[in-house]
Amino acid sequence: MLYLFPFLALLLIVGVLMVIRSGNRSPGKYLYETRCQNCHQEDGSGLKALIPPLADSDWLFENQDTLACIIRHGLSGPITVNGVFYDEVMPANEKLRPGQIMNIINYINRSWGNEHEKLELREVKKMLEKCAH
Amino acid sequence: MIRRLLLTILSFWLLLSCGSSRKELPRLGPMTVNGSDTAFYTLPDFEFLDQDSQTVSRKSLAGKIYVADFFFTSCPTICPKMTKEMDRAYRQYKGNEKVHFLSHTIDTRHDSIPVLRKYAEKIDVTDARQWHFVWGPREEIYDMAKAYFQVAYPDSMSPGGFVHSGQFALVDGDGYIRGFYNGTDPQDIDKMMRDIEFLLSE
Repeated sequence: MLYLFPFLALLLIVGVLMVIRSGNRSPGKYLYETRCQNCHQEDGSGLKALIPPLADSDWLFENQDTLACIIRHGLSGPITVNGVFYDEVMPANEKLRPGQIMNIINYINRSWGNEHEKLELREVKKMLEKCAH
Repeated sequence: MIRRLLLTILSFWLLLSCGSSRKELPRLGPMTVNGSDTAFYTLPDFEFLDQDSQTVSRKSLAGKIYVADFFFTSCPTICPKMTKEMDRAYRQYKGNEKVHFLSHTIDTRHDSIPVLRKYAEKIDVTDARQWHFVWGPREEIYDMAKAYFQVAYPDSMSPGGFVHSGQFALVDGDGYIRGFYNGTDPQDIDKMMRDIEFLLSE
């Protein structure tokens, strides 16, 4: 039985490595890079008074249940984030599927020091049903 | 012994002087041949208005080094990234009147001078002394984009309604284009800043 040990250890190492790798190229990160990053920046810091930050953002924390609708339908009108006034238009991403929207939210919620709850698919679907669009 | 020492010093000096070979920046664009004379490509004359309604022209920028790009304020794709990189270079040279920045709007209908001014203020560009957000008649802006070898045209199928390249063009005091850089790539913009240093010392 003991001779199995090296194999099991190897399996464990390979498993851990695969998890780390998949963590680095998670779908949420990929979607963020392709859909969000040009404006909100790689580190989620936004751009001065033009684009609000996602990292360490009071607005993001207080508006968790609207994020899915915002990602799908965009956002316009004035908002105040961390005391800074923003009034720009965020474009819609109507082709994103609920699973992709979930991945983006979860990436944002767990990046750059953010420690918000991860969302499940059924929660995201429920939010999307209630969008005011 | 002394001779050997001298030789060593000489060889080191040669080695060092080769290593720091003088940097050159090309003058880009097609050359024109006029009889037996060839001339480098220079930018045509232009006259636009900036966010403070001041005229910005080839004349007003004569003798200055400047970086030019084409953008629009409601651009949902690469512009914020370009603005961020341009801003980084602007902060580096803020106060150095020899270096200017010229961002042309290609959305001439929406981006009026007050809109450009608001955009500038939102990114903490409080005066138009060095970073000019310029507006001009649509055709003149598009012709100018072509003169900088940039792609810029309206396209209803594109996000935001325009197609445009994210390049920055570096222009010297004589109106020669000395470099093109990818305005969304921080490393390329680092290189641009090194090239600006070179032009300043030229």
